[in-house]
Amino acid sequence: MRESKLGLDFEKVDYAKQLAKNISNDVQTFVDSYSTVAVERTLCRLVGIDGVDSNEAPLPNILVDFIKDKGMLKHGVLFLIGNAIVATGLSPQEIAEKTISNELDITTLALCDEAKAHKALQPYIDKSIERIAGNRNKRENFIANNSEGAKPYLYVIVATGNIYEDVIQAQAAARQGSDIIAVIRTTGQSLLDYVPYGATTEGFGGTFATQENFRIMRKALDEVGEEVGRYIRLCNYCSGLCMPEIAAMGALEGLDVMLNDALYGILFRDINMQRTLVDQYFSRIINSFAGVIINTGEDNYLTTADAFEEAHTVLASDLINEQLAFAAGLPEEQMGLGHAFEMDPELENGFLYELAQAQMTREIFPNAPLKYMPPTKFMTGNIFRGQIQNALFNAISIWTGQGLQLLGMLTEAVHTPFMSDRYLAIENAKYIFSNMKSIGDEVEFKKGGMMQKRAQSVLDDSIALLKRIDEESLFDAIEKGIFADIKRPKDGGKGLAGVFEKDEHYYNPFIDLMKGKR
Amino acid sequence: MSTGLYSTDKKEFSNELNLKEIKPYGDTMNDGKTQLSFTLPVQCGDEAIEAAKQLMKKMGFENPQVVFYKELTKGFTFFNCYGSCTHNIDFTTIVVPKVDSTVMSMTETDEYIKQNIGRKLVVVGASTGTDAHTVGIDAIMNMKGFAGHYGLERYDMIEAINLGSQVLNEDFIAKAIELKADCLLVSQTVTQKDVHIKNLIELVEMLEAEGLRDKVILCCGGPRLNHELAKELGYDAGFGMNTYADNVASYMAEEFVKRMK
Repeated sequence: MRESKLGLDFEKVDYAKQLAKNISNDVQTFVDSYSTVAVERTLCRLVGIDGVDSNEAPLPNILVDFIKDKGMLKHGVLFLIGNAIVATGLSPQEIAEKTISNELDITTLALCDEAKAHKALQPYIDKSIERIAGNRNKRENFIANNSEGAKPYLYVIVATGNIYEDVIQAQAAARQGSDIIAVIRTTGQSLLDYVPYGATTEGFGGTFATQENFRIMRKALDEVGEEVGRYIRLCNYCSGLCMPEIAAMGALEGLDVMLNDALYGILFRDINMQRTLVDQYFSRIINSFAGVIINTGEDNYLTTADAFEEAHTVLASDLINEQLAFAAGLPEEQMGLGHAFEMDPELENGFLYELAQAQMTREIFPNAPLKYMPPTKFMTGNIFRGQIQNALFNAISIWTGQGLQLLGMLTEAVHTPFMSDRYLAIENAKYIFSNMKSIGDEVEFKKGGMMQKRAQSVLDDSIALLKRIDEESLFDAIEKGIFADIKRPKDGGKGLAGVFEKDEHYYNPFIDLMKGKR
Repeated sequence: MSTGLYSTDKKEFSNELNLKEIKPYGDTMNDGKTQLSFTLPVQCGDEAIEAAKQLMKKMGFENPQVVFYKELTKGFTFFNCYGSCTHNIDFTTIVVPKVDSTVMSMTETDEYIKQNIGRKLVVVGASTGTDAHTVGIDAIMNMKGFAGHYGLERYDMIEAINLGSQVLNEDFIAKAIELKADCLLVSQTVTQKDVHIKNLIELVEMLEAEGLRDKVILCCGGPRLNHELAKELGYDAGFGMNTYADNVASYMAEEFVKRMK
C-alpha cells in the first residue's frame, strides 16, 4: 500500500505513467528503425577507434563521414568495419587510419557473409564490454570496501576551463565533503558535432569534455577518494550532438553521473528532435550498462518559465523522461529525474509550495535518486540573502529525501565558484542535513491544507498536459509548442542531416549486450 | 578573537559627513568599517592570520581583525575580516559617462514594442560564411540565452528565426526577404586572416545591390567586433563582448521606432 503525505491518488499517478508510456512507445517505434552519425561514431569508439588526424578531426568522424559520402552509411559502420577486417586482417583502428591516408576504401570491398563480419568484430566488442563492466565493478568494490556519502549526495561543479586546475578544485571539494564533482563543459560544446581530443587547458565558462580529460579527473578523484575513504563520483554532460559518444567515453573512463535528458537539446539548444530522440536512446543504454546515474534537465524549464505556474510541465517531463529511460533499460535507481528550487522569493508561502512539489516528486518516483537543482534565477548578487535561499533549498531536500543535491553557491550570478564559495555551500548543506535529518519522518502535512491541494493540482495539470501530448504524439506536440511553449519543427534544428534509416546489414550488437544488463 | 563585544577605541575622527572625503560607514560616520573575505594559498596557523592582517594593512585598513578563519583544503586558508579603511574619495568630482541608448529588460522591451510598434519585430539571425560557430548567435537568440540573459526567442514581441551556422550571404538574404525581416543579425566568431571583415562587407554590398540595405536594421556581433568597427563596415550597430540579447533587443526596438517617425 503506497502512502502519500500529500493525499495523492495513486490511481491518478498510475494513469499519468500510462500516458507517458504511450508517448514513449510511440517515440520508440520511430527510434528503433533509425540511427545517426553520432550513434555510428559511438560504435567506432566502442570497437577501439580513437585519435585525431593532423587537422584535429577525430577518426570516428572521418570514417563515418567517408562512409556517409559514399552513400553506404545505411548499412551501419560496424558491418562495413567487420567486413573490412575479414578482407584485410587489419584492426578497426588501422582501418580508420588507412581510410584517412586514402590507402583503403572500405565501401568498395566485396561483402562477406554477415555472420563472418560479426565474428571478426567480436574481440573488439568484448574488449569494450569488459572494460566498461570492469569500471562498474571497480566502483562497486570501492564503495563496498570503503564508503560513499549519504543521500542527498553533495554535488558541486568545477569550471575553470583548465582540466589541471579543475583537478585541484575538485580534490579540495572532495576533502571538504563533496560526493559528486561535475566538470562543467565549455560554452557551446553541445553544438559541436564531434568530441575534441586530448587534455585541454582552455575553455569558456567550462572545460571541454574529452576522453583524456575524463581520465585525468577520474584518476584525481580515485586518489582523493582513497585519501578520504569515500567514493567520489564524477559527472559530465551527455547531451547535445554527441550524446551517445560522450556516454561511451564516460563508460570507458568510469564516470558515474551524466546529464542525459531526452528533450532538453530539442527545446533549449534547437537540436533536431529526431536526432536527439535516437541519440538519447543509445546513450541511455550505455549509461544503464555502465551503472551511470543519469540526470534529466527539467530545471531548465524553470530558468525561463515560472516555477509555480509551470510545475506541471516539470512533472510531465519527468514522467516522459522516466518512460524513455525505461525503454532504454535504465533501472529506476539510476534515474536522477530533475526538478529545481526556483520559486520567486517574493511569493508568499513559496516555501510551502516548493516543499509540496518536492514531496510530490519524491512520492511519484519513490526509487529514483532525484536530482534537485538550487536557486539560480532569483539569485541576485546579494550573497547574504543567497546563503539563506540555499539554506531553504537544503531544508526541503533533507525533508523530502532528495538524491542528488546540486549545492547552491552564494555567489551564483556573480562568478564561477571560488574555493571558499564551495566550502560555505558544503558547510551550509551539512549543517542542515544533520540538524534536520529526521524531519521528514516526524512531520506530516495538514489534510486538505494548502500543500496537499497544491500537489494534487500539479498532478491533475500534468495529466491534462500528457493527454494532449499523447493525442498528438511527442513529435507533433513539440512542433505545436505544447511543451513549454517552445516550437521546434520535426525537420528543423541542428543535426537532422545526421539521421538515417537503418537498412539491411545494419548491425549494433551493443544494444543487446548492454540493454537491461549489467 | 578576544577583542570584546563593544569597541572602547577612542574615536579620533570627525563625525561630520564630508562629501569631499567619503569613507565606508559601519555605525559611525567616517569609521571606515569594511568587511571582506578572501583565501590565502597558505596552510592554516598563526602565520596565516598574521599574513592576512598584514595584507589588510597594505590594502589600507587600520585595526585589521580576522574574525573567522578555516583551512579549506591543505594549503588554502579562508578568512573573514573587518578593518577601518584609511582611504577616502571626493564624491563631488565623480563623473560617469552614460551609455546613449537605454538597455531595457526583456519585459520592458516587449512592452515597448507593444506600445510603440504594435506588432512583432521579425529578426533573422545567422552565423554567416564559413563560420561554423553558433555560440554567438545562440547566446543572443536561443530561448535559454546566455549568462542569465534570455535570448530573443523568449521575447513575446520578437519573432526570432535563427538560421544557425555556415549560412551563405545569398541564402541569408533570400531568407530575410521570404520572412519579411525587420532586423538582421550576423554573428562572426572566426577572425583568422580577417575572414569576418570580408564576409561582413560582402553582405552589405549584396544588400545594397538588392536595394534592401535601408529597409532593414543590420547588426553584427562577435567577440572581436565592436560598435565602431561595425559602423565603419556599413552596419547600423555592432555588439562585442559582454553584450546580451537585452542590449540587442532594446537597440533594435528603439531604432525601429526612430525610423517609423
